[in-house]
Amino acid sequence: MNLQFTLNGKPWSVDCEPADTLAEVLRNQLNLNGTKVSCEVQVCGACTVLVDNLPVSACTYLAYEARGKNLLTVEGLEKADGTLHPIQQAFIDDFAFQCGYCTPGMIMAAKSLLDENPNPSREEIIHHMDGNICRCTGYVPIVAAIQRAAGMIAKEKKQ
Amino acid sequence: MSGETKTDFQIVNHSIPRRDGRVKVTGKAQYVADLRLIGMAYAKVLRSPLAHAKIISIDKSKAEAHPGVYCVVTGFDLDGLNPYFGHAVKDHPLLAIDKVRYAGEPVAAVVAIDERTAFEALEFIDVKYEELKGIFTPQEALAKDAPLLHEKKFEAGALRGFEGDVTAGQGTNICQTHKIQWGDVDKAFKEAAAVIEGDYYFPMTYAYAMEPYVAIADVTDQGVNVYSSAQHPFMVRHDLKNIFNLPVSKVRLIVPFVGGGYGSKSYTKVEPLVAACSWKAKRPVKLQLTVEEAMLTTRSDDAYTWMKTAVDKNGKIIARQAKIMMNTGAYAENSPLVVEKSTNRCVGPYAIANVLIENMSLYTNTVPASSYRGFGCAQVTLPGESQIDELATKIGRDPYEFRLQNAAKPGEEFFPGMRPFDGTLKQDLDTAAKAIGWGTPLAKGHGRTVAVSGSDAGAYPLTSTAVRVHADGSATIMTGSTELGQGSHTVLPQIAAEELGITYDKVNVISSDTAITPYDRSTGASRTTTLMGSAVQEACQEAIAQMVVMAADVLKVKKEEIQSVRGGVRCGEVELNWSQVISKFYALPDGEVIGRSYIRKSGKFAALPVFWEAAATGVELSVDEDTGKITMEKLATVGDVGLAINPALAEGQDIGAATMGMGIGLFEELVYEGSQLMNGSILDYRLPRFSDLPKQVELHLVQNRDGVGPYGAKGGGEASLNSMAANIANAVDKAVGVRIRQAPLTPERVWRALKEKNK
Repeated sequence: MNLQFTLNGKPWSVDCEPADTLAEVLRNQLNLNGTKVSCEVQVCGACTVLVDNLPVSACTYLAYEARGKNLLTVEGLEKADGTLHPIQQAFIDDFAFQCGYCTPGMIMAAKSLLDENPNPSREEIIHHMDGNICRCTGYVPIVAAIQRAAGMIAKEKKQ
Repeated sequence: MSGETKTDFQIVNHSIPRRDGRVKVTGKAQYVADLRLIGMAYAKVLRSPLAHAKIISIDKSKAEAHPGVYCVVTGFDLDGLNPYFGHAVKDHPLLAIDKVRYAGEPVAAVVAIDERTAFEALEFIDVKYEELKGIFTPQEALAKDAPLLHEKKFEAGALRGFEGDVTAGQGTNICQTHKIQWGDVDKAFKEAAAVIEGDYYFPMTYAYAMEPYVAIADVTDQGVNVYSSAQHPFMVRHDLKNIFNLPVSKVRLIVPFVGGGYGSKSYTKVEPLVAACSWKAKRPVKLQLTVEEAMLTTRSDDAYTWMKTAVDKNGKIIARQAKIMMNTGAYAENSPLVVEKSTNRCVGPYAIANVLIENMSLYTNTVPASSYRGFGCAQVTLPGESQIDELATKIGRDPYEFRLQNAAKPGEEFFPGMRPFDGTLKQDLDTAAKAIGWGTPLAKGHGRTVAVSGSDAGAYPLTSTAVRVHADGSATIMTGSTELGQGSHTVLPQIAAEELGITYDKVNVISSDTAITPYDRSTGASRTTTLMGSAVQEACQEAIAQMVVMAADVLKVKKEEIQSVRGGVRCGEVELNWSQVISKFYALPDGEVIGRSYIRKSGKFAALPVFWEAAATGVELSVDEDTGKITMEKLATVGDVGLAINPALAEGQDIGAATMGMGIGLFEELVYEGSQLMNGSILDYRLPRFSDLPKQVELHLVQNRDGVGPYGAKGGGEASLNSMAANIANAVDKAVGVRIRQAPLTPERVWRALKEKNK
């Protein structure tokens, strides 16, 4: 079946099987390997991408459900001039990853939070991010990074 | 320029951002899961539904006839290979041969044009089994009428890493034994003022590296080339060399970024199977396990420990005795070393005059156990640190002061024959206690405790490296140390930049390609900063020594007239940087100098352990007496790391380790019911999440430059895990007065203990 959607700001058309997951189409057909797959049962959050600004688990989200929608993956965050998104920069600044396997999903989940709630409390961050597992960091630096990113985004808006 | 006394660090001891930061936050970091080779096929594995059974026959004809299938490989198809592997004991067939020894063991592999086709064909393979009686616990394994898991004798793997003789395959289900003994425990127990004794259980756990095991193999007449998520590529190379009967030079392991390891990717896992698939299918083959399959590949050893500890009337610990039985599952993997380490780690970090520890691991029909962050230390620190608190309570002492009195002192030879203690436990304990508010008032239902761990770490010192200094003054480190997330690709260039006096961004790292990077035994046991860090430091110094000679040649003076300065050399008024030295030497702005280092068990690395890995943790928790649920109020980690090359990375290792330890203390446990693993999926295996974050977290480092590593550095990243389960058990006792000698302390276990107490 043919599928059309907007992906990271550009229109795309792909042929896929009805059973293909969004993660399979992104990784195997569109060479977007930034989206990682781990648990494959919608528990760990590693494959989180945004569909019409809402976080979904690409490991179980069927690709055809994305038809006509607006998709954003980790590859779509960096600006054309190479500037990182504030969340990406904050993750580097706060050492908010180690192995990096959960990181793309973690960043996309954090983006969906900050899009909706630009100034979340620690409790709101924990509540929103609870569907994303990190086995390396103990979560402490990730919370700090999301708080830092919120500050950076607020500052950008003022300017 | 460098050495133990240097203090004006420009680059090391600074929290420089990770070199792999940008590729990881943009999704460009490549893991084996992301790699594809031209012409690559995909394998899927058929696993045994039975725990112990003879394989009568395998009919693979229907599966091989399935469209898109290249071949099906079974244990009957391995003629021409040496199909058994294992660095410690060669007991592990790459696919089950003649019989299966655990439910989930690979029995056949389908190689097909894509993963889905391979998966579909699995159901067309017809395996006929004859079921055998299974054994699932060490106690069952030792029973008189227990069936034997392994009938034949095994040779030790060439890289075994443990000291004792091979016990496996000697007509019992004993995989390995180990014993340490000094003094006279019986006499000491008779003379003791107080004794505590108890049975403890530490559970099977799953590391959950978020990238499941994955490898791509390409076997041709040129040799065996494998991309793998392995922590120790050189160890895997050795197993593959034996399987294919090839010289070392014809086996190449390449490890790109690894998506988490925590010990679970130590040693050989799926590589022999995928290489055999490539050998049969005559094309590159990728095998990517699911998380459920990874859970059927490796777990930690669970441990049943009986322990007894005694003090004299002055509160001095005078004796410790323990008997440990570890459940190693169907194959030895690294468990012989885990047995040895857990035996040693029953003692530390306390100076005890009378010690007797007897340990044994047993084969059972369960998932093979192997390394897990801490190497057997967490298993015995649960009883060890529980008994310290139990004894303190019994004799009416503050457990923190009781620890201070008995902990090994700096420089003390508390473990006969081993390196004197190189940490400062008093400072570690003081820091942890202060961080959680020791001595301040505590709310009802809250408990507050500190615990320590000091383990013989660093594994075996056998490490080599090369640092190439280029004609533009930049440098490339060639290292066999794998980047698992721990930050080796950041720490090693920090050391090189410091030594060479060049900026950090001029140093690149090429890692973990056995055809290119010099030999490094492993990336584990917290050894990389100490051993590979020292190797990089020495290689830089050797490159500088060569460049001093080159500068003398270029300037036509004696070598003695050349003085090395930061980033180059000086001779009288003339100063040359490295770029100028190399360019003038070759008379072209091109060429390079290669600095080398070979580290072995010699000189400052002659004594083992390479270092004592010491850390303290402090916790405050509260218990809901109605439900038994524990809430983590405060957590403090204190890493005794000598000198942190990158403090933020060192602290990150500690909090990561402590969180894994907290998971085991609170809810992580693989559960077997009979022959089947009942919670072998991330839906059922409970992991720490954001909502499990302690309400308050403090991270501290103690940096006394007392290690043998570069600038006095030691390793970290395991010790903060080891003490957490005991710490939680001790704090629960303080909070609500119940002593639980088993991890995890699930709400049900705490609630039942409370109910029992209130009867």
